[in-house]
Order: sequence, then C-alpha cells, then structure tokens
Amino acid sequence: MIAAADPMVPNLHRIQKVTQETSDTFTLALAPSCGRKCPAFRPGQFNMLYVFGVGEVPISISGDPATPETLVHTTRAVGAVTAAMKKMRPGDQLGVRGPYGTEWPVAEAHDRDVVIVAGGIGLAPLRPALYSLLNHRERYGRVVLLYGTRSPEDILYRTEIQKWRSQFDLDVHVTVDRATGKWRGNVGVVTSLIPKAPFDPYHATAFVCGPEIMMRYTILALLKRGVEKDSIHLSMERNMKCAVGFCGHCQIGPLFVCRDGPVFGYPRLEKLLDKREL
Amino acid sequence: MWTIQPRGLGDLLEALRNRGYRVVGPVVRDGAICYEDLGSIEDLALAWLDEQEPGNYRLTGSGNGDLFSYSPGAHTWKKFLHKPSVTLWRATKDQKGLHLKEEPTAEGKVALFGARPCELAAIAIQDRVFLEGPFVDSFYAAARKEMFVVALNCSHPSKSCFCVSMKTGPRAATGFDLCLTEIHPNGEAELVVEVGSETGGLILADLQRREATEKDLEAVRKTLEEAEQRVERSLDTEGIQGLFDRSFESPQWDDVARRCLGCANCTMVCPTCFCTTVVESSDLAGAEATRTRIWDSCFTKDFTYIHGGSVRPSGYSRYRQWITHKLANWIEQFGTSGCVGCGRCITWCPVGIDITAEVEALRARERTGSGSGGSSHEGNA
Ligand SMILES: Cc1cc2nc3c(=O)[nH]c(=O)nc-3n(C[C@H](O)[C@H](O)[C@H](O)COP(=O)(O)OP(=O)(O)OC[C@H]3O[C@@H](n4cnc5c(N)ncnc54)[C@H](O)[C@@H]3O)c2cc1C
Ligand code: SF4
Ligand code: SF4
Ligand code: FES
Repeated sequence: MIAAADPMVPNLHRIQKVTQETSDTFTLALAPSCGRKCPAFRPGQFNMLYVFGVGEVPISISGDPATPETLVHTTRAVGAVTAAMKKMRPGDQLGVRGPYGTEWPVAEAHDRDVVIVAGGIGLAPLRPALYSLLNHRERYGRVVLLYGTRSPEDILYRTEIQKWRSQFDLDVHVTVDRATGKWRGNVGVVTSLIPKAPFDPYHATAFVCGPEIMMRYTILALLKRGVEKDSIHLSMERNMKCAVGFCGHCQIGPLFVCRDGPVFGYPRLEKLLDKREL
Repeated sequence: MWTIQPRGLGDLLEALRNRGYRVVGPVVRDGAICYEDLGSIEDLALAWLDEQEPGNYRLTGSGNGDLFSYSPGAHTWKKFLHKPSVTLWRATKDQKGLHLKEEPTAEGKVALFGARPCELAAIAIQDRVFLEGPFVDSFYAAARKEMFVVALNCSHPSKSCFCVSMKTGPRAATGFDLCLTEIHPNGEAELVVEVGSETGGLILADLQRREATEKDLEAVRKTLEEAEQRVERSLDTEGIQGLFDRSFESPQWDDVARRCLGCANCTMVCPTCFCTTVVESSDLAGAEATRTRIWDSCFTKDFTYIHGGSVRPSGYSRYRQWITHKLANWIEQFGTSGCVGCGRCITWCPVGIDITAEVEALRARERTGSGSGGSSHEGNA
C-alpha cells in the first residue's frame, strides 16, 4: 500500500520569483511543479515549506486569496531552514503542504471598521486579510493599518505601502523603534499609534500579529480604547513539526495552534496568554 | 463463552500465523516483560511473576502454576501501531530537480497476543488522535486496519496499576477479537474465551474447545472481582480540569521539579503519549534526503523552541505540561483522559515519581491553602 494521502507528504513547487524585501526578509512566488493546482486558501492560513536536505517550517501565506494560482510567502531568515531558503533562486524547488489552520474572520467585519496591527514580520500573515478587505472595500467601514518595525530598513512591502498610503480608503501609519537615515515618520512602539488611530472602537474589528509581547500590549491598548474582547483576533506562533495535530509540539494549554489556530479570537487566549511557560 | 486448555494457546498462535498474521506478544528479555515477535508458543512469557512499585521492577518465576501473574512491562503495543521510527518519505535530487518517493505504509497484518484492558483503552485513545481528527495518519491507519487482538484480562494487577479508578480494567469490555481470562477451577489453569468479533469467532472455531460452564463463568467473575480489589492505587479524577486550572502556580511544581530528572522515561513508556518530531537525514553526496518521524517528548527543552528560546525552559513547566496535558487538557482535546492507569510511568521513573501521588499532593495543597501563588519558580531550570 502506498501512503498516497499521507498528510505529511508535500507537493513540489518551483520558485518563480524572489523579491528581497529587506536585508533578512524575502518573498517567494511559487507555482506547483507536480501537476496539481494550488489550492484556494483563506487569509491567515499557513503552509509547511520544505527545503531539500535541511528541513520543514511553518510559513504563512502572504499573497492575495483572490489569485491563489501563485503561492506567495514572505520569510525572515533566522535559522537553518529559513537561511537555506534565502539562498534559493528562481527555478529552485521547495516542498509545500497545506494550507493549514484558521483564518482572519474578514466576513465578521462586514459593515465595521477594521484595524490591523502588525509588528515586524507579522505583516506577512496579515497582508492576505488586507487584500481581501481591499478586494471588497465597499463592505467595510474605515480600514486602518498600524505597522511597527525595528528600523526604517526593516519595513516590508515598501512600494506597496507607498501605494496604500496614497489611497483615500485606507489609513496607513508606520512607526519604527529606532529612526535612522532620513526617517521623518513616527518613532516608538506600534501600540503608541492606537489611541489616535482613526477608527470607531465600539464598531471595530482588530487583527493583530507580531511578537507575543507586542500582541499583549496591543490588546491592552485596544481594550483601553473600548474595542470589545470578542472583536480582537490574533495569530499565534509555536514550534510545529506536523501542522496536522499529530506531533504535539504546538500546544498552548488545551489548544493546538496548528489546528485550532493560528488565528484565535482573543477570548480563547485571554487566560492562557498571562501564564508563564504554559 | 468457551473454555480452552493452556496448550490451546499454541494452537491459537498457529491459527493466527496460518491466516497470515505476524503475532506479537509478551516475551521475557533483559529481565523484563517485552512485546516482541512470537515465533512459536515457546517464546510466550508464561509463569512469570512481576513486582512493580515506584521506580522499581523485578521479574521472577511464579512457581504456583499461574500462567499470567504479571502485568505490562516497559513496552507498549504502540511500538507496532504508532511506531518509534517511521520513514515518511524520501527526496532525491538530480539535474531535472527534486523527486519525491512516498513510503509504503504497512508490512502486513499484526495480531496482538495478550493485550491488557488498559492497553486496549490506550489504543482507543490513540485512535482518536490519529484516525478521528481532521487528518488521518496513514501509517497508523494501515497498521490499525489489519490488527487482530487477543485480549487478556488481568488476574494479577501490579502495585503500580490504577486502572479501576480510570475505568479501564481489570476486565476488557470492547476492542478485542478474542478475550482470555485465566481461571483455576480444579487447581489447573484454563482459559475462558470471549468472542468479540466475527473473525475472532472463526479463528476460535479452529481450536479444540468446550463450551464454558456456569462454574467457569463464576470463576471468571470471582477472579476479576478479586483482581479489582487488589488494585491498591487510585487516582481521584473528580473535577480534575478545575484542579489543574487552579494549581497552575502551585508550589508543588517546584517540589516535583526538584525530584524529576527530565529523562523522558515516563513519556516513552506511556501507551497514550503520541508526540513526535521529524528528522532530516541526507546521504553524503547530497543527492538523497530522508524524512523520518520519531517519538519525541515534552520533557526535552527543544520541544517548544521558537526564535532563540524555549517556551518551557524550566523543568517544573515541562513536568506540569506533561501531567496537565495527560489528565486535564486531553479531556478538552479528545473527550477522554489521556491516562489509562497502566502505572508504567510510576514503575519506570528512575526516581519513583508517582502520577497519582502528584495529583493527591496538588489536592492536599489546595486543602491546606498552600495551593497557589507564593511560588517564585526561580532556579529550577
Ligand atoms: C503558524 C506560523 C506561521 C509563521 N509564518 C511565518 C512567516 O510568514 N514568515 C516568517 O518569516 N516566519 C513565520 N513563522 C516563523 C517561522 O516558522 C520560523 O521563523 C522558522 O520555523 C524558523 O526556522 P529555522 O529553521 O530557520 O530556524 P532555527 O532557529 O534554526 O529553528 C530550528 C527549528 O525550531 C523551530 N522554530 C524556530 N523558530 C520558530 C518560530 N518562530 N515558530 C515556529 N517554529 C520555530 C522550527 O521547527 C525550526 O526548524 C511562522 C510560524 C508559525 C508557527
Ligand atoms: S500516564 Fe502513566 S499510568 Fe497513565 S497511561 Fe501513561 S504511563 Fe500509564
Ligand atoms: S517524571 Fe520520572 S520518568 Fe518522567 S521525566 Fe521526570 S524523572 Fe523521568
Ligand atoms: S504542529 Fe504538530 S500538533 Fe500542531
């Protein structure tokens, strides 16, 4: 018998294009080289990406859900697998399995304001949600993107952000921890943008992704402004070896991040986030 | 219900082998009961007596004519279903690019010979993990599909067993094709056989047997009642999720962390622990890579590694994770406890940490008001 349907077996994909976003972060556009079509995905979902001879890691899909034919991933090189991926060039092949996990509940945000808060590489998993909102812009109230990075050099999707900034139907605010060079924008943590951001907290849905500590302070700031707990959603990160509920690595208390997440409504995480070494 | 003679065990083994089963069961190896291939009935562990207690295991001859006066050892049937090491797939690389080779999922039918009631409960629990979620593990499914079970009710529970409080033993209710109970109606051992499936009935029909008498059935009842009374240890599961919830900051975690070596023995011997990791190995030329899934343990520091650190760097948090998952979170995840009360983690813990005693200690701290807060958790990594 052949394990034709074993969920741990990837499909081969070929790199179509590599975009260097910052010194350590790059975006790959991939297309299947195995004859299959790319499956549809929902904003917030992730794939397991496999680099030959090195290993496999979870990476969120950062492309537009309306055009799933090209699979887009934005990755920061931090260790063995992601550094090997950074060296890859158009024509090289990767293994891909997925998409896995829960989505940003864009449908729940109909007729409401939407505030997206991203820290660092956290913008990558949020970009499909933003595309989705812009694809059906008329369905939403005000849409605000608050984005914080360490320095101006770490800003992702630079030209796209320029374009978004010039749009009337989108409010984009970027801040950096440390100003360098010619930076004349905001300086400070992303949470400092929340009190003055143009949205109605009582009718707003928030999508948050970034380092855990950043997400905790963001939640406090959002709650303080009056956003309801139920309207806050965040994406969690844990070690993952399978993404299908078998390996046990991704557990936070009773939750499997791969299966029950990565996107959670804040009420499900509220009690767990404060627990140290859970 | 039928009754067979001890020599019928050999016939049963042959009948299974004739039907193409690889038969695995208890053998004695390195002074312990292990689950290995049974080439012939000579290999089956018969007339052995075990002594088990926290951190202690000893096997001696039973010397009293009893066939099965031992309970499970360090091995579990898990090694045949959710195997310690599975090659998931291979990749090769040439000028044209990468090529994937999937691995075959099964090497044939397996018959478990002598699976205890708590062990059947453990298999039912792993079924939920690997078969009943959104994804199915095809390796587990293949091994599981062709499995035959000869269950063996427990007449000699060990001192580590606590199946009664976990409602898994000493009698098997379901999950078998045939189920044996050893009785001694006239001083001589006999085996009463219950049929649990059609295949089980067909195989039994090949054997020399007689219909079980009322006296045989009475002997079964008495044996299992006595066995139940002999299960000394117990784990109080009443409101256990709430207990763990309230005990998150209990000083008991520091206490157990001072004893626990973090050796992961408890997870390796547990019949329900399912965690794994995947390792990548390449040949020297870099032309072929193999993805192998191996058992892993939440007691290792790497288990939760993300960007530069572990989520659970200290020993107390890892023991807390293991026991909380097993006894409380499991219920929320899979609708059942993750513990079947087999007692292996108690016996095989080198320092004799006892899961039932740890639960009692958490309860005691709650009663005396030393149950939460006040613990600094410093210096216990
Ligand atoms: C649901 C999800 C979505 C993610 N999306 C993205 C994304 O879009 N872009 C991006 O750059 N990163 C993303 N990450 C983080 C990314 O998976 C890690 O940076 C990556 O695993 C590091 O692997 P490495 O081998 O390069 O690093 P090493 O430091 O060598 O890591 C060794 C191993 O530890 C584990 N590990 C280390 N860091 C992490 C981590 N942060 N999260 C999970 N496992 C980790 C992996 O198993 C890895 O193979 C995501 C993580 C999760 C869980
Ligand atoms: S936790 Fe211990 S007693 Fe419970 S099933 Fe696992 S090994 Fe057996
Ligand atoms: S509880 Fe015992 S067996 Fe388990 S890791 Fe600690 S020392 Fe090892
Ligand atoms: S990543 Fe394996 S169980 Fe979630």
